[in-house]
Amino acid sequence: MGAIFRREIGAYFTSSIAYIFLAVFWIFSGYFFWASCLYPGTSDMSGLFQSMFLICVFLIPILTMRLFSEEKKQKTEQGLLTAPVSLGEIVFGKYFAALVLYTLALLMPFVYALILSSFGTVEWGIVIANFLALFLLGAAFIAVGTLVSALTENQIAAAVLSFVALMALYMIDVINSYISISFINNILEKLSFYRRYYAITCGLFNVSTVIFYISVALIFNYFTIRVFERRRWS
Amino acid sequence: MLPMIEVRNLTKHYGDKHAVNDISFTVEDGEILGFLGPNGAGKSTTMNMLTGYISSTSGQALINGVDILEDPIKAKSYIGYLPELPPLYLDMTVKGYLNYIFDLKKCKLPRKAHLNEVMTLTKITDVKERLIKNLSKGYKQRVGLAQALVGNPPVLILDEPTVGLDPKQILEIRTLIKKLGKNHTVILSSHILSEIQAVCDRIIIINHGVVAAHDTTDNLSRNVSTDHRIIARIEGPRDEIVKAMRNIEGIKYVKADMEREAGVYEYELEALPGSDIRRDLYEITREHDWPILSLRSAEMTLEDVFLKITMGEGIVIPNAEDIAEAKKGAEA
Repeated sequence: MGAIFRREIGAYFTSSIAYIFLAVFWIFSGYFFWASCLYPGTSDMSGLFQSMFLICVFLIPILTMRLFSEEKKQKTEQGLLTAPVSLGEIVFGKYFAALVLYTLALLMPFVYALILSSFGTVEWGIVIANFLALFLLGAAFIAVGTLVSALTENQIAAAVLSFVALMALYMIDVINSYISISFINNILEKLSFYRRYYAITCGLFNVSTVIFYISVALIFNYFTIRVFERRRWS
Repeated sequence: MLPMIEVRNLTKHYGDKHAVNDISFTVEDGEILGFLGPNGAGKSTTMNMLTGYISSTSGQALINGVDILEDPIKAKSYIGYLPELPPLYLDMTVKGYLNYIFDLKKCKLPRKAHLNEVMTLTKITDVKERLIKNLSKGYKQRVGLAQALVGNPPVLILDEPTVGLDPKQILEIRTLIKKLGKNHTVILSSHILSEIQAVCDRIIIINHGVVAAHDTTDNLSRNVSTDHRIIARIEGPRDEIVKAMRNIEGIKYVKADMEREAGVYEYELEALPGSDIRRDLYEITREHDWPILSLRSAEMTLEDVFLKITMGEGIVIPNAEDIAEAKKGAEA
């Protein structure tokens, strides 16, 4: 797993993807930091964190699009799948590389919190909980993007499809409001990514949310492994 | 002792299409086996099943006694595989890539010494700092070969290793494969016969997913090289000579080739199996006073064998079971 992880991190930085991802992530988070904290003159970061959800929906597909699609296109996948490593090592090696880059991107909002703390009081408990929620949200989203990347051999297709998938997850609440069957409402409410995330930005930390996001990440990574297993057996 | 590679009734279906159908063979330690077949015959599919890239529909492949489907990680660790398209990451340097492969295969050997050895063997030391995407096709192929050699696996599976190389590089790679064959078990695929002939101890000809012939290189050439094909250079009127020769009993066909000297043509004659036409030929030419300037029996080249087998013309070649039985008999 280490070898795949290191190669993937290297590939992020030799291609321009890491720089583009980090730059765009930081530009948007910087703008929302200014708009929700600096301009109104508050140390309440909940506005910033609420906006971060949508930034993730837009940017995580860029992070995950080439993970597997490029391997398939360049035929390097064959080298991976015939190497003495398990499918789990391959999938998680790549997944963690994307997750580490994402975590790197989260450092900037952390710097914003430090900046705020020099001007006023920052509720560190809430801020840390928010970071944890944002990290877990990204972990779940990256797993979704990784699966989509494994299903196509075109980076752009992978990016667009991942975006659609993440957007659909974001829209669960909107869809839910159009449905008036209480049974389905209940299920969709439980599946809502945004509702859980929003609750944390408001200061309502819930362990079930942590478990929810981690489960989503594991389930989608498991699906990715299954995709490769199925392809081998087809 | 267990054979290094054992393949039993390996079959791969894609829907209704039988890509590979019931292939069985074994490769002993230190042997170089050649897979020969036209494009699309099932060579790559077989190799992909052997290396665990795809699964078989039925049948078994054992590498060093380990079933590739039951314990894929262990079985794969015995194999160095060069697929048809080398799995190269174009944005890495040669050195960086080989280091990655070293880690990927979880090698325990001393890293620097081993990688240097592999690079020296494949002659890529002078490009080790360059990006793979900037290398020529020949170098890329050699990096692909180096990648297979990392970790010193006992089995090497090379899918058309010389494709796209220039004649000098082909010769170099062949020499290298021969050298590697001394302490590795090698399976090599190609549609170039001379290559297989030059390198391999044993040949399996695959066509339409089945084994069409399976024998040692020498036997395969010998069994089909017959004395019933003759090339004669005769002085005299061409059409008459052809006409006269057509009347020889037991002749299959006569073909006049180009004019070699003034008034001298070369003729290719093939007799039906079992009949010897040389004396009749002498009689005819003596009768008409057409001097035979040269006469030689045309050895059937492996090229001809290959074409005949793959075109479906029946050539009786002992198949794998007969060989196995013969071996058993010899051992007993």
